Amino acid sequence: MKAKIFASIAVVITGAILLYAVIDFPDFGDPGSPPNAGVPGGAPAASRYYIQNTYRDSKVPNLVTAVLADYRGYDTMFETVVILTAGISIFAILRVVRRDDDPSAPEPVASDRTIDGDHHRIIVGITCRIAAPLIQIFALYVVAHGHYSPGGGFQGGVMLGASFILLALSGSLRETLARFSERDYTRLAFVGILIYAGLGLLPMWVGRNFLDYGALSGLFMTKGEEMARSHSMLGVEIGVAITVMSIMFAMFANLSTRGRLQGGL
Amino acid sequence: MIVTFDIIILVFLVLAAIIALSVKDLLAAAMVFGIYGFLICLLWAEMGAVDVAFTEATVGAGVSTVLIVATVLNTRRRSTD
Repeated sequence: MKAKIFASIAVVITGAILLYAVIDFPDFGDPGSPPNAGVPGGAPAASRYYIQNTYRDSKVPNLVTAVLADYRGYDTMFETVVILTAGISIFAILRVVRRDDDPSAPEPVASDRTIDGDHHRIIVGITCRIAAPLIQIFALYVVAHGHYSPGGGFQGGVMLGASFILLALSGSLRETLARFSERDYTRLAFVGILIYAGLGLLPMWVGRNFLDYGALSGLFMTKGEEMARSHSMLGVEIGVAITVMSIMFAMFANLSTRGRLQGGL
Repeated sequence: MIVTFDIIILVFLVLAAIIALSVKDLLAAAMVFGIYGFLICLLWAEMGAVDVAFTEATVGAGVSTVLIVATVLNTRRRSTD
């Protein structure tokens, strides 16, 4: 009980300090704030550059995707590496392979651990089977359309992973693993990162900087460098989506079975 | 910004946070945490950050809730503190 009181005092003090710091922030949407107007005699305005030049530079209407995948490509690449690391950590902590685990063994009987104790959930199972491909098509749209509308590799990847999670939750994890096995998702997680890093490395071949997609206009057979940057953004989004999809499903498969990949919820 | 909409969301946000922390049944806490994620998603969308709202809806309200539920069902359902 004492520890709880001390913890709440610490939380209140930290919250008060944070609220005090917020007073110094510029107002919401303030055009005169340093990111929007720049610092006199110092840094130029970053936001203004992106707003004025993104469409000219890369023909991408969605500024957020352009900043994430092109101008700040390093950040997004290593964010994806962070996701991969999280997946590897869960694998390292949870995954157990026991010698008596027979992959062809029948499903264990429903226990009180399951949500409703019924493994035959016919209505829910069939509804989710119908819904899963629709979710996947929408996820592919989100990935492919990420530089025209909100969305992108991360959101689309999570949705793709969620469709497999839905199948595993409503049906059985074993059937889902038969379609998307541990071997597949482990490989795909690394393939996604390699697509991203590979697209970044290709410009270095012709003597340009890492992730300088403009140099790829020959590869994508575009007229100018702008469309090459646009196509490369789609490429790296696909890489991100593949990694995120694999890691999300890997996390669920390991967490829901205590790392044994058998039984499931 | 629509101020009344903001205030309603923020009040529910604080309520959801308090309930998620205080409830003893961890499965219920996971569900309330999902509601919390969805309210934050609404807040982002209302501020015009649609990309972030989309991420919050898929990750915060969707997958992370499922991961927490999966973990709760594999550990103990009741909170001891």
